[in-house]
Amino acid sequence: MSDVSRKPLILGNKTYKEITDDICQPVETFPSKNWFALFFSAKALFIFYIIHIAIVIGTGMGLLGVNHPVAWGTMIITFVFWIGIGHAGTLISAILFLFRQKWRTSVARSAEAMTVFAVMTAGIFPLIHTGRPWLDFWLLPYPNQRGPLWVNFRSPLLWDVFAVSTYATVSSVFWYIGMVPDLATLRDRAKTKLRRIIYGALSLGWRGSARDWSHWEMLTLILAGLCTPLVLSVHTIVSFDFAVSMLPGWHTTIFPPYFVAGAIFSGFGMVVTLLTLVRIGFPKFKDYITIDHMEVMNKIIMTTGMMVGYAYCSEFFIAWYSGNPYEIYAFTNRAFGPYWWSYWIMFSCNVFIPQIFWMKSMRRSIPVMFVVSLLVNVGMWFERFVITVTSLHRDFLPSSWGMYAWSWFDTAILMGSFGMFLTIFLLYLRVIPAISIAEVKPVLYWGKKGHGKDGH
Amino acid sequence: MAKKLGGVAGIWLDDHAVVAAAHKVREAGYKKFDAITPFPVHGIEEAVGISRSPIPYVTFLAGLTGLSAGLALTYWTSAVSWPLNIGGKPFFSGPAFVPIMFELTILFAALFSIGAMIILCRLPKIDPPVIDPDLTSHKFAIFIPENDVNYDAARAEQLLRSLGATEVKRVLEY
Repeated sequence: MSDVSRKPLILGNKTYKEITDDICQPVETFPSKNWFALFFSAKALFIFYIIHIAIVIGTGMGLLGVNHPVAWGTMIITFVFWIGIGHAGTLISAILFLFRQKWRTSVARSAEAMTVFAVMTAGIFPLIHTGRPWLDFWLLPYPNQRGPLWVNFRSPLLWDVFAVSTYATVSSVFWYIGMVPDLATLRDRAKTKLRRIIYGALSLGWRGSARDWSHWEMLTLILAGLCTPLVLSVHTIVSFDFAVSMLPGWHTTIFPPYFVAGAIFSGFGMVVTLLTLVRIGFPKFKDYITIDHMEVMNKIIMTTGMMVGYAYCSEFFIAWYSGNPYEIYAFTNRAFGPYWWSYWIMFSCNVFIPQIFWMKSMRRSIPVMFVVSLLVNVGMWFERFVITVTSLHRDFLPSSWGMYAWSWFDTAILMGSFGMFLTIFLLYLRVIPAISIAEVKPVLYWGKKGHGKDGH
Repeated sequence: MAKKLGGVAGIWLDDHAVVAAAHKVREAGYKKFDAITPFPVHGIEEAVGISRSPIPYVTFLAGLTGLSAGLALTYWTSAVSWPLNIGGKPFFSGPAFVPIMFELTILFAALFSIGAMIILCRLPKIDPPVIDPDLTSHKFAIFIPENDVNYDAARAEQLLRSLGATEVKRVLEY
């Protein structure tokens, strides 16, 4: 990333006051018509989602396309999809922090927000997938009057309960602690009493003394250090849901790193999608989230895209090399069987299309990266579809073969989940500074000539 | 610091100036003064004389507690309280319990570290007095409390002014 560190991270000759004003502006002004248009569309989709979830819970899981032998469907596919989206936010806020990547400061807040909201969106799916969501508390090991009968700690599905709930908790508090100083800024700028009370309570009365900052910086470092193995463990454990089973196509040792790479790939796709929109909506943010920032993320998209491409090829090699006829059949069937189209959508979107980023002009073109980032997420949804459905639909006995019976409710729930995510994200843009004010100020002079200050 | 203290505050508009000033204030013999800045300023800890934060010790102990809690929970429920034979696996299936122990280690370590920061920074403060609302935006301050070594309001004011503070004011309570 030396290329980026030589360029300024914040454009224009800003003062500290201008940074505060620029970043607080969206929170302190009345939203634009475009924001309302987006918000009401997302909100409508969210209501549509709630209605369809209510129908599915009220009637039963049979409304979805799950059947025998494809007992895992849209709920699991979309759960893995959204959990994966979240991983890029933690990568930016924790792993790049440990690697001292200064460019992360401008995008960390929104990426971390995306993580929290994506995990919230994801968490709903397995809870509904259980079929009787009102009994979901059975997933927790609590003392009960049935023995007590405990949960089975040997099951990867239970590891997932622990991994996802820990991830949701720790990434939310990490995000919040990073936000406290900025909430204090909003409190001190508040023009009305109500704003002062709300932001005063949210900022916990933060004052920013040198002692406070010393503890805050230490805590940020520690949480980054804890989130790094946590984020790797979460998608590893999600992949165990598949890899620990005996099913050809699922039972592979490459799954943990392959899932983590795919998660980061899709997450960066979503970060680029959201930030291109944020840059259009809030033109002043273009000085903070510059084309250089977007270019670095596009490089990561291309790199992780090739990592998943390597995993796709390696799966085929191992299937052939193992000499196991079931394994060979599972993979040949994936690429050339009845679901060949989903496999090739996945392969084109994830491996071929990101190759366009070899060209610098493409990496730096907003329309190109917007389209590619959307296709990346189409591809990554299909990756989970391929893994889940194609492995299940051809059982060991041909008499048990079947197809996934995709229904209207599958479509509604998949589409509706975007409504939930976007509604929360659009609200976030209006109530919380979307760029970390306290984190971008120290990199103000980064890469600027003529300043003996913090520039290196 | 339950009781609010008065004192003298000087305000600067530049982060490097406030670090330099903090060094001088410390050389002048003050020990309990603090700097108030809108972002973590590089080098301010050394200038004000702040020792390393003890949070890592809390993290380590909390992590160990979480690990032990994970071990105890999985062992007691699976091998003691109601042992069930699941697929012929041992009642205490060590490797299968590692993910639970790991997640609880991280969960405990993270939450206790945050608790430690909240206690160490004496948060939450309800409606704390503010020296200048711009101290969370673009101004930097040094605050010398009235209980500091050899405190004298006039002398402290003069010191801050001589160090280039753009504004010096008496604070009734902070």
